[in-house]
Amino acid sequence: MGGRDATMVLLDENGIRCDGRKIDEPRRIMIRAGGLKNADGSAYIEFGDNKILVGVFGPRDVHPKHMSNTDTGILRVRYHMEPFSVSERKNPAPSRREIEISKVIKEALEPAVMLEKFPRTAVDVFIEVLQADGGTRCAALSAASVALADAGIPMRDMVAACAAGKVADTIVLDVNNEEDQAGQADMPIGYMPSLEKITLLQLDGVLTPDEYKKCVEVGVNGCKIVYDLQKKALNDKYFGNGGT
Amino acid sequence: MTSTSVIDKLKKTQILELLEQGKRVDGRALDEPREISVETNAIPKANGSARVRIGDTEVVCGVKIQPDRPFPDMGDKGIFICTAELLPLSHPTVETGPPGPDVIELARVVDRGIRESHMIDVSQLVIEKDKSVVGVFADNVVVDYDGNLFDACSYATTGALLSSKTPKWNMVDAVPTLVEGEEFPVPITTIPVSVTMGKIGNHIIVDPNGDEWASMDARITITSDSDGNICALQKGGTDGFTQDEIVQCGEISIRVGAKIREKLKEAQQVGQ
Repeated sequence: MGGRDATMVLLDENGIRCDGRKIDEPRRIMIRAGGLKNADGSAYIEFGDNKILVGVFGPRDVHPKHMSNTDTGILRVRYHMEPFSVSERKNPAPSRREIEISKVIKEALEPAVMLEKFPRTAVDVFIEVLQADGGTRCAALSAASVALADAGIPMRDMVAACAAGKVADTIVLDVNNEEDQAGQADMPIGYMPSLEKITLLQLDGVLTPDEYKKCVEVGVNGCKIVYDLQKKALNDKYFGNGGT
Repeated sequence: MTSTSVIDKLKKTQILELLEQGKRVDGRALDEPREISVETNAIPKANGSARVRIGDTEVVCGVKIQPDRPFPDMGDKGIFICTAELLPLSHPTVETGPPGPDVIELARVVDRGIRESHMIDVSQLVIEKDKSVVGVFADNVVVDYDGNLFDACSYATTGALLSSKTPKWNMVDAVPTLVEGEEFPVPITTIPVSVTMGKIGNHIIVDPNGDEWASMDARITITSDSDGNICALQKGGTDGFTQDEIVQCGEISIRVGAKIREKLKEAQQVGQ
């Protein structure tokens, strides 16, 4: 990904980060519900410089058939980055990283989607990262939840996601690409605010037990900010601007 | 990784009933890992190796060390790469062929735990800056399956690295050339230990065995280092954790991990 710049100041003496944000401030977030004509549900998110499009199909027939389950519907997720989404061209074939992220996003969404109502069917979630700038899995997961809701698939809650991390010995919300490369820890969190359950959690980087606790707290608060924007996006589409 | 059968679903009912009474199928306490055995230098042709058993799960890790070109932008650092593979002899449902998402996740989680702890001081593994560095490759093979491959592969990798000796190379005519008869231990800064916990119903259990693994609603793998700090984490499975459970799991992993770290140190001394 990006290069390292040892001279960059990650956090200045006034508590301002390299992109001008405060420690508990997320990047600019814009979520739009819908937008694709052919998908059953879709969403577009801009999360800082991340630009991600999600399309949902289903519940529909399962191909190949042997994947279908007579007890419940299945969820399939493909997280994919376009070759032009990062500084150096990315090979379009799915990398091991993309396969892992597809899996963790699938497992983060599963508790939210009432798949048991649709046995023998599949719900397919296609995530396309058009531009990546750190924290794509969180942005993708947040957009995927909105796209599933837009498709009218029954859900227990939406999953909102945001990362917390440690930069210049401080716990901060929403780690960007520079902070991820040069920072000390990155913890992406997916959270269902109404059910109060964490469904995606990863960490790389060293944290003391106290920082660990703080990091989860800060991240969950970030998820709540994202959750409001997810609800607003659905509200805007279905009830006009700022409706009930 | 391995698939779930009807029998597993029947077993889940029994496992859950026992957990409601605070018991586990094999009689362990909820936070008690199975018996762990670590045999270092199991493969003398490797630069370091370990055979680890956790209950009936068995993993062999071999470390090979050889000169390599550094990654771009990382010319002042050696290379560490860790892989994991499920061999077809480890379980009837494992097939040959390219790894599926489960196995890819396994390998990446094990790699991340070791890497993020900065266990190996890769800055000491440079032969000539930007030209040639030492590559440390830790390859895990699962030979028998009874749940919790994350920890088995992690302990095998750690055990193998602790027992590893790296040869020495000098640059001669721009080619890394082996210096005969010189060996030194791989530079180690800390001993990372992963602890995997399963969630069944509302119960959290340490080191799920094969039957418990097939019954889990969710799992979490937390790696801590020698200073008692947390350095990597991965949640998996189809249920969620509450914020309190996440904090509780962090505490369990540090406490249980400290005991396992002693076991790994012991194995290192026996191997020498």
